[in-house]
Amino acid sequence: MSEAWILARKELRAYFDSPVAYVVLSLFLLLTGWFFSTGLFLENVASVRRVFDYVPFFFLFFIPAITMSTFAEERRSGTIELLLTLPVRDWQVIVGKLLAVSVFVATAIAATLVYAVTVASLGDIDFGATVGGYLGLVLLGISCGAIGIFASSLTRNQIVAFIIGFGIIFVLYLVDKVTDFVPGSLATVLQYLGTDFHYRNLLRGVIDTRDILYYVSLTVFAGLCTAYSLARRPE
Amino acid sequence: MIEVRDLTKRYGAERAVDRISFTVAPGEVLGFLGPNGAGKSTTMKVITGYLPPTEGTVLVDGLDVRRDALEIRRRIGYLPEHTPLYPDMPVSEYLAFVAAMRGIDASARASRTEAVVTRCGLADVLPKRIETLSKGYRQRVGLAQALIHDPEILVLDEPTTGLDPNQIVEIRELIRAIGREKTVILSTHILPEVQASCDRVLIIHRGRIVADGTPDDLQSRFSGLRRLSFGVRGPADRVAEVLSARTDLRIADVSDLDGETLFQLESDADTDARPLLFRLAVEEGWELTELHRDRANLEDVFRSLTSA
Repeated sequence: MSEAWILARKELRAYFDSPVAYVVLSLFLLLTGWFFSTGLFLENVASVRRVFDYVPFFFLFFIPAITMSTFAEERRSGTIELLLTLPVRDWQVIVGKLLAVSVFVATAIAATLVYAVTVASLGDIDFGATVGGYLGLVLLGISCGAIGIFASSLTRNQIVAFIIGFGIIFVLYLVDKVTDFVPGSLATVLQYLGTDFHYRNLLRGVIDTRDILYYVSLTVFAGLCTAYSLARRPE
Repeated sequence: MIEVRDLTKRYGAERAVDRISFTVAPGEVLGFLGPNGAGKSTTMKVITGYLPPTEGTVLVDGLDVRRDALEIRRRIGYLPEHTPLYPDMPVSEYLAFVAAMRGIDASARASRTEAVVTRCGLADVLPKRIETLSKGYRQRVGLAQALIHDPEILVLDEPTTGLDPNQIVEIRELIRAIGREKTVILSTHILPEVQASCDRVLIIHRGRIVADGTPDDLQSRFSGLRRLSFGVRGPADRVAEVLSARTDLRIADVSDLDGETLFQLESDADTDARPLLFRLAVEEGWELTELHRDRANLEDVFRSLTSA
């Protein structure tokens, strides 16, 4: 575990040493800020609800953008060979990468606490929904991060990694929205598989272990897929 | 120390390495020689535990790469081909990262880092980002990260490719100094490199070992020729005439430098033509400017073994 943390610290430093992190973070805050402040100033609604509604949609682009380099760049430059011949297990490397992505995503989410504090100071805030929403965002961010890392492990091209990551996250985001067109039993399954469905549950302020378990399972599953992909040691 | 047993590595249907076996003794500097794509890098990647073997195995100090890859990685320092490094990282930070990942105690880290920095001559570039360094310095950083845990075994994949002649000399000297205390496996397709650095050579072609021995060994065993350089100041036409009249010598090449004529001669491996050439020069009254036997020339061996 300590090796994973050493790697995570190195990855985080790389994020914050490069302009990419700041561009992505600024864009994220600009978008969420715009939706929050139009609600606040144009519609006189002091609520974080709109931010919560839109963030999963931003994650579609935001998460693949920060994960696309994780393994693809190591493969392109060949540093993966040095990384994987260090006396560490592949899973420690994967956990390290995921830790770094999680901290980065958490930083972005934490920055939106400004809106929650604003709302709380202007009026009543729905405490349960806010806590549920933030928990949902963190879980959603981490599981999508794991998917993005898996996508990055499949290719040596960052753009391809972005597109694959976006594709998978997009399908999981949409899958519970097509339930009207499929038979009932399948609909339940599809609904359960959807990332947004569980997020909506948490957003209601009801913290259910089933929803948490879903995100944990999704993260572990994506991690296992990454491990499988790395074990093939493609050139 | 290292024992490769019937190692086969397949990528899909293609056999990159085909049932090769060899051992490396402690303290030996072994050179892998072979054309591009011969299987040198693949063999090294299996030894370092990056790629799993398809068949056969590699033992390092009696440990099997199939089972004890982690322990083997601890004993090996590895510099992959093209020296992959993180371009954004400053040298000092990168070395600290590798030292931490290698689990070197915090107390020993400073002294280990200092030791490799001194050895590889990196003191001046420590705060610089790796991408700003010249290729020669990058190569030294690559060597430093491979040496930081003071491994017994060093695996270097084409350590001098892409360097300028001065840098090549520097890196070779460094490798030779390291080779005095450690077991080194290095690969190259540059022939003089093997002669400059290695105790023993393995020539690999199409995934198989086609020759194994010291550079001098291979030379006499395979080419059956001995090369001589013979330089004289005198009438070049006459010298050529005299030399070509002899059946035991063959002129391989002639060059003129400022009135001096330099002949590259070949003779049978079992004859030493130097006394003869000296007498010839004296009899004919040529001024002898150069007369020596060329060091084992692996080029012929290499070409005859790998051109098929």
